[in-house]
Amino acid sequence: MISQSILSELKRIVGPEHLLTEREDMLTYSYDAAVLDSQMPCAAVMPGTTQEIGKIVSLCHENRIPITVRGSGTNLSGGTIPEAAGIVLLTGRLNKILEINELDMYAVVQPGVVTATLAAAVEKKGLFYPPDPGSQAVSTLGGNVAENAGGLRGLKYGVTKDYVMGLHFFDARGQYVKTGSRTVKCATGYNITGLMTGSEGTLGILDEIILKLIPAPKARQAMVAVYDTMDAASETVAGIIAAHIVPATLEILDNFTIRAVEDYSHAGLPVDAAALLLIEVDGHPAVVAEEAEKVEALCRKMGATNIKRAETDEERDKIWSARRSALSALARLKPTLILEDATVPRSKIPEMVRALQDISKTYRIDIGTFGHAGDGNLHPTILTDRRNTEEFKRVEEAIEEIFDKALGLGGTLSGEHGTGIAKAPFLEKETGFSSILFSRQLRAALDPHNILNPGKITGVSINDEHQTGQN
Amino acid sequence: MAQMNELATLVKELEEQLVICTRCGMCQSVCPLFEQTHKEADVARGKLALLSGLMENIFADPDGVNQRLNKCLLCGSCAANCPSGVNVMEIFIKARAILAEYKGLSPVKRLIFKRMLANPKTFDALTKWAGQFQNLFIKNEANAQGTSCARLVSPLLSNRHFLPMAKNPFHETLADLSLGKPVAGYRPDTGLRALFFTGCLIDKIFPNVAHASVRVLTHHGVALTIPQGQGCCGIPALASGDRETFTKLVDYHLDLFKREKFDVLITACATCTSTIKKLWPTIYKNPTSGVKKQLDRLSEKTMDINQFLVDRVNPDFFKAPSRDRENNNKGNPSELVTYHDPCHLKKSLGVAEQPRQIIRAAGKKLVEMEGSDKCCGMGGSFNLYHYDISASIGNLKQKNIADTGCTTVATGCPACMMQISDMLAKQKRNIKVCHPIELYAQSLDEN
Repeated sequence: MISQSILSELKRIVGPEHLLTEREDMLTYSYDAAVLDSQMPCAAVMPGTTQEIGKIVSLCHENRIPITVRGSGTNLSGGTIPEAAGIVLLTGRLNKILEINELDMYAVVQPGVVTATLAAAVEKKGLFYPPDPGSQAVSTLGGNVAENAGGLRGLKYGVTKDYVMGLHFFDARGQYVKTGSRTVKCATGYNITGLMTGSEGTLGILDEIILKLIPAPKARQAMVAVYDTMDAASETVAGIIAAHIVPATLEILDNFTIRAVEDYSHAGLPVDAAALLLIEVDGHPAVVAEEAEKVEALCRKMGATNIKRAETDEERDKIWSARRSALSALARLKPTLILEDATVPRSKIPEMVRALQDISKTYRIDIGTFGHAGDGNLHPTILTDRRNTEEFKRVEEAIEEIFDKALGLGGTLSGEHGTGIAKAPFLEKETGFSSILFSRQLRAALDPHNILNPGKITGVSINDEHQTGQN
Repeated sequence: MAQMNELATLVKELEEQLVICTRCGMCQSVCPLFEQTHKEADVARGKLALLSGLMENIFADPDGVNQRLNKCLLCGSCAANCPSGVNVMEIFIKARAILAEYKGLSPVKRLIFKRMLANPKTFDALTKWAGQFQNLFIKNEANAQGTSCARLVSPLLSNRHFLPMAKNPFHETLADLSLGKPVAGYRPDTGLRALFFTGCLIDKIFPNVAHASVRVLTHHGVALTIPQGQGCCGIPALASGDRETFTKLVDYHLDLFKREKFDVLITACATCTSTIKKLWPTIYKNPTSGVKKQLDRLSEKTMDINQFLVDRVNPDFFKAPSRDRENNNKGNPSELVTYHDPCHLKKSLGVAEQPRQIIRAAGKKLVEMEGSDKCCGMGGSFNLYHYDISASIGNLKQKNIADTGCTTVATGCPACMMQISDMLAKQKRNIKVCHPIELYAQSLDEN
């Protein structure tokens, strides 16, 4: 528990209406979008200025109070589930776009700005912020940076880390740190920007983010390719990449997902198809025309039974809204939905797809597979009811097998959802213990009292063997 | 704690609906309240978590949850955008009822709902009485919205600019109307028989909307019946968790409508339509199979007036694609109209295009505002209990309206009309507020 005097101090810093301590409010900050046990914090604070963030961090450092930062709480790996003895720092009031620089093509934002809000604001100026996580309508840029969020355009345009030019943040002691710059190149100091991106709130608390913007593509062409087998579709994905064509988006939907989407959105998808590839190429009009031709020919060669190009903007929007509704459509089928994001090298997509089909059969569970096939990032989506403990046990076993398979193929546990709590226990499988130890040592040096989002990424044992003696 | 146990059991009634929420948080992107406060307890995901908390019996008393649950506009934006299809409205209304039944209604609400609202005659008499004395306390502001404000500082009215009670409520003028007689020469009888449900706000504050509706429906050859003695649809009672008064009102109207023959039930109030269509059949407590059947049938027959005219009465006429061009070429910028989508029309019933077609049919040039389907912030009693937040949400709306450069804003819900009038009056905007059907009726009289 946090003492009354510290709560009073927090109240003095942010003002009484921006400190929440009632049990009801604590319940609403005890979860995120991951299927994990919830945990109520002691308090939630909503700072409105840089100075207030700094004071909160210093106070927590002095009193060894854990801090978990929360944007919109859409995290899928439990990164925003707080500590029982800690506080939640809400970024809701830190939601200003500070600058959009058209000449130098960058934007400076506060961490609470919603991703789609920035994307729309830069689009109005003819610029483009590509990272588009599925939750972009609510997710915050602070959260995107902390989780190194991806999206549908990762294949050609990369993920959040490819757009973070610089950061201002408070370290665990409450000292203000500036890293990176507003220049395209920057070679001073450590690449702390890179280290902070994806650090899930364990190394510092963001105050300002400088993001790279690019010119909006002049032309684009979307198409849908229909397949009789999942194999042929996934072989095509590997084939397109092997032919060194890089579409902006290359998504796969399996039959289970196609049927769910069609039931939900009546978009006119072929429900008999075993798989669909949704593809978009973009860029200069001449390049788009040429690449679209090549992709189409390749799809046909590799077994597509039908290919339909989007002739109008409406048709294009229809394709992508069908894809974006995949998760929603699946979510309606059963109470609990677990969205995995194990990722493999792209040439291994066919093998991974086959493995998922086998796992679904072996463990007798429903898995809808869709996702960013083009960048190797599939989203096997498990549908279950958490209250059914017997089935849920099989689900947990299946997830472990998915992890093992992805790692066996030279992949990673998470392409874009982060480690958080959900994957922390499995990280050693991917990196080995010495790598985790390195991270723990780094963390202990920067955050001696272990107050920054404890328990995430590097496992729960940070308090014991490695940290004592270094305080 | 034993009692909280009991409450937990009651809330368990909602379990199957509660578990559908996957905590994805998408509701945050559309909740007008969350946009203002950024607090999780204000958005659907937080409230659903709180109800799960009640079910798991983790609170010492129900007050904290009750208070947070009631801080909601019931606009349904969350439900309309929920990927998992959580029936948020039904859950919230049932939960409010469970909590109100467990805790008991406040004395003021008991008086208002059980003594007044539940008895349409008493309610009519009381509002008439109040209407006669209102000028002692309020003064007309002589502005475009026709609002009044308090003569003296009043804690009840605050700095609201509200619409006064009509001198002649619609139900009192019913006898003088020549109902169901189509205007000769325009088009033949549609063969449709409609029952018009007036609704409290239209009856007592906006009788002109009802007169316009009668004018338009008869013009289009709809045989109309408007039963005397209609009351409230029950939503105010329901929003406060008073299922008993709600049920009493539903019974009362079922009985009243039994004698009438009609193919459709029409209202010009988005909230009444959505309440009769969606809540009467689902929230009525333990209906007999006979009542259930009646409610389902009535729900199917119930329609918004704009939707009825455009989809059923004369689709060819109202959907004529050339109309927009004609209106735009008229070059009469003094007739710029913008349209606000009431939540209970667009999000609850999916009616959005039809009111716009009515406005175009009235010969007006329609300009879209930014965020036309964003809630105006009224939310019924939300406006009474959280006027400051209601006003900041409404202020965004009035700004979007004014930014279009329109001279009139139309909307299909009298509650939205009240809120928007208040907000525009506060900013001294010279913009009229009306119902699309009023514009159309006006155009019939002009031609």
